[in-house]
Amino acid sequence: MERARKWVQGVWFFLVNGYWAFPWTRTIYKGPMKVVCSPGLNCYSCPSSTAFCPIGTLQQLLANIRFSIQSGQHYFGAFVLGSIGMLGAVFGRFICGWACPFGFFQELLHKIPSRKLSIPDQLRWLKYAVLLLLVIVFPLIFVSNSGMGQPWFCKYVCPAGTFQAGIPMLLLDPNLRGAVGWLFVNKLIIAFGFTTWSVFASRPFCRTACPLGAFYALFSRFQLIRLQLNKDNCTGCGVCHKVCPVDIKFNENPNSCECVNCMKCMTEACAFDAISVEVAGFPMFGPDLGKTNKCIWPRKIQKI
Amino acid sequence: MRKKIEIRKTPFVLLVFFLLLWIVGVTLNEPARVLEQAKSICLSCIGIG
Repeated sequence: MERARKWVQGVWFFLVNGYWAFPWTRTIYKGPMKVVCSPGLNCYSCPSSTAFCPIGTLQQLLANIRFSIQSGQHYFGAFVLGSIGMLGAVFGRFICGWACPFGFFQELLHKIPSRKLSIPDQLRWLKYAVLLLLVIVFPLIFVSNSGMGQPWFCKYVCPAGTFQAGIPMLLLDPNLRGAVGWLFVNKLIIAFGFTTWSVFASRPFCRTACPLGAFYALFSRFQLIRLQLNKDNCTGCGVCHKVCPVDIKFNENPNSCECVNCMKCMTEACAFDAISVEVAGFPMFGPDLGKTNKCIWPRKIQKI
Repeated sequence: MRKKIEIRKTPFVLLVFFLLLWIVGVTLNEPARVLEQAKSICLSCIGIG
């Protein structure tokens, strides 16, 4: 199952970064596919990007909301919120675990042999503050004399933007190199800080600072597809805690907002058939999937 | 005796809500604005300039 997940992550990476003519065109993709929402964090200023980043787009729309209302257009982000809201309602943080290019990048970095560290639990709240303040509130309230706001998260924090767009654009266009200033240095420090942290800790950006992860986390209790704990089968052995990349105690909190739904607990840990996947209440996949390569669809309902 | 399955309705309510929001966005012609943004490079957004 873990190998399948890596393949899915790789496929998603290439789906949302499918424009490989950029070394010759020396610019970003400008085709109609860019109206499609990238499910994961993927900078749309990346030369290879073929979809729009919901976090970047939402900030831009909110930053320009006064201008858009004045000009008779009412762009308040309904299309973007609708897109990620539908994804969140169906998949929740399955997207973080299966379809986010930056999550995939952090997972690969974490494979580098080193001493592994945990992340303080309190830091998880930071990502909600990032979502609320840097993505929504600051772009709305801090505006210039002309009424234009700024995309605070993209401008000051986003490490995905630095790696996917900032560095590649500087390499592609030498004319831009003169414009590099403290802002870019600040973003480089943040990006390389998270890169280094990813080697030692699992998915530090997803767990502490990702606003898109914070948004999808709001759906954890309600998402259509989710992991389910069968309490009758759970022995409380705690093996699921040991394999979890985000340090969740699944048997104690099966709907944790931190869970990226990688399903390692189900396929690599639980030997008691206590964890399964359910869709709207219907059990679908069980541990049998990982052990026998057989999909049970729908899963045979247990008799009691 | 079969275990009774309770269908969770909340995901469908959320799905319909966000679908309506998405339709509102399409009606307001927001995709055109999104496409316009996504086609241009915002240098200050990526830390350059």
